[in-house]
Amino acid sequence: MIEVKNITRAYKSGEVETNVLKGISFSIKEGEFVAIIGPSGSGKSTLMHILGCLDAPTSGQYLFEGKDVSRLSDDELADIRKRKIGFVFQAFNLLPRTTVLRNVMLPLAYANVSKDKREEIAKESLLSAGLEEKHFYHLSNQLSGGEMQRVAIARALANDPAIIFADEPTGNLDSKTGELVMETFRKLNEQGRIVVLITHEKYIAEKAKRRIYLKDGEIIEDIINHH
Amino acid sequence: MLFTDLLEETYFAISANKTRSGLTILGIVIGIGSVIALVSAGQGATGSVQTSIESMGSNLITVTPGFQRSFSQVSAGRGSAQTLTMEDSNAILQEVLFVQAISPELSRRYQAVSKGKNTNTQVVGTVASYPSVRNVEIDQGSFISEQNVRSQSKVAVLGPTVRDDLFGEMVNPVGETIRINGINFKVIGLTKSKGGTVFGSQDDMIFIPITTAQRFLAGSDYVSTISVQVESSQAMAQVKTALTNLLLQRHNIASAETADFSVLSQEDILGAASSITNTMTILLAAIAGISLLVGGIGIMNMMMTTVTERTREIGLRKAIGAKRLDINLQFLAEAVMLTFFGGMVGMILGSGLAYAITLFTGMATKISLFSIILAVSVSAGIGIAFGYWPAQKAAKLNPIEALRYE
Repeated sequence: MIEVKNITRAYKSGEVETNVLKGISFSIKEGEFVAIIGPSGSGKSTLMHILGCLDAPTSGQYLFEGKDVSRLSDDELADIRKRKIGFVFQAFNLLPRTTVLRNVMLPLAYANVSKDKREEIAKESLLSAGLEEKHFYHLSNQLSGGEMQRVAIARALANDPAIIFADEPTGNLDSKTGELVMETFRKLNEQGRIVVLITHEKYIAEKAKRRIYLKDGEIIEDIINHH
Repeated sequence: MLFTDLLEETYFAISANKTRSGLTILGIVIGIGSVIALVSAGQGATGSVQTSIESMGSNLITVTPGFQRSFSQVSAGRGSAQTLTMEDSNAILQEVLFVQAISPELSRRYQAVSKGKNTNTQVVGTVASYPSVRNVEIDQGSFISEQNVRSQSKVAVLGPTVRDDLFGEMVNPVGETIRINGINFKVIGLTKSKGGTVFGSQDDMIFIPITTAQRFLAGSDYVSTISVQVESSQAMAQVKTALTNLLLQRHNIASAETADFSVLSQEDILGAASSITNTMTILLAAIAGISLLVGGIGIMNMMMTTVTERTREIGLRKAIGAKRLDINLQFLAEAVMLTFFGGMVGMILGSGLAYAITLFTGMATKISLFSIILAVSVSAGIGIAFGYWPAQKAAKLNPIEALRYE
């Protein structure tokens, strides 16, 4: 499904060049549930940005469904994100003062889905993300953290993506709500979607099927979890 | 993204911060409003100047005396010469083609006296054709007849202002007697009011036969103005040339530069007057334009703030698949919608203001379709011009940095 071959990412600030990723290679197949774990500064966020087509690698190859996407333009990457990728962020990033339903319908608007279909799709997504129907017309800023994250998951699901990337999805939630959100991801994975989770907490990473441990821009271990 | 989505998004964004949007729109409202009001006032002034010039008569050419030149080369000023005569006037009527009517005048200011009241006014000695040449209408009685001119009758026709001054308003003066320069004149008529023009009131006048004015008042047979009415506007230039040549020949002057008279057609006056009022209109529009510019900068300022405030939102939109063009259009649409609202409200305000100007000052205003179309398209244009940079800024944001923005 996706494969990275020896990718690096360097940032230049003035004369100093920092290598955040130092030659990373691995692949993710259909139906996988992967946690990328590592301490802060390990390059896991940068890796997720590249995998999520938000950023391009400095060198190396990134094959998305067999197609090299490492040299595409901004707008071409936006197109892949729109059709194939869903994002869930630590800070939820919902539009404030906007209803739950509208938030979930936003990606559908960019995908030019017809107006009458949007609401139907958005409601389905919200239900599969585990949000109760009574919240659908609430404003996003009136919800609790757990509810907000479910809205964000529903938004990521709206365009029926092949991969969902979640960047520290439980970071802003208490452990009980965090468990529920993780349970939602597990269910989505069971439905056949690839879920890639970025976290720095081991107990979260252990809930995934596969764990990639990153340190100083290199893969230290890549193991299958046995539950 | 569909166009209706864009409108919806824009509406949500603008109504999310009503106070700020309202204040920013106010800048455009004032700008567009003042452009419309001031241009209307300017165009109204142009219109009323034209009307007042045209009210002096149509297809009119006036001949006035030039400088009085003595042998010592001392000039006494334009109009001072006493070189135009009744013979000149008659020659023009007989020899120049396309002349419909001619009206020589000899006017000077005198003190006019009635029973117990007196006024200082313009006394115009003229002939029977004056009303048709100068567009004067008779209210009561009759105008000076050819018979009056031939027999040097001491009769007078009053303008309404003179009637008000000498007899009081609404009084019929026909049959009364007035004294001009110590000579008794019988009032035979009253002209209708024409209102004031840029060249003085045409109502504050007394008309007497020109022969009477020459003999009893001026004591010489010169005329101070010859008004020539041309048959059609197409013949104006031809008549002007023919008339100038005729007078040069009659006065034994070799070239037009040293002529002792000047010939002015109504078109010349109209041209000069409209160039003045047009300049004024442009000046007013320019001043109003500055406030529009300031309003536009207000829009830009607000859009800049909005883009900064919504950096994370822009990042998110990009993450879920918005392209540069989508973001660009979204912010451009916001700017244009703000200015468009502003333009609409400004148009209503400006028209109201123009109406108020007319209502309270009596100054004519003219709201033209042109100025409305201009204002609306200018306001939309300002939205694009001043929204372009902030929209570009938003579209170029790096999604990763935008998502991290605090």
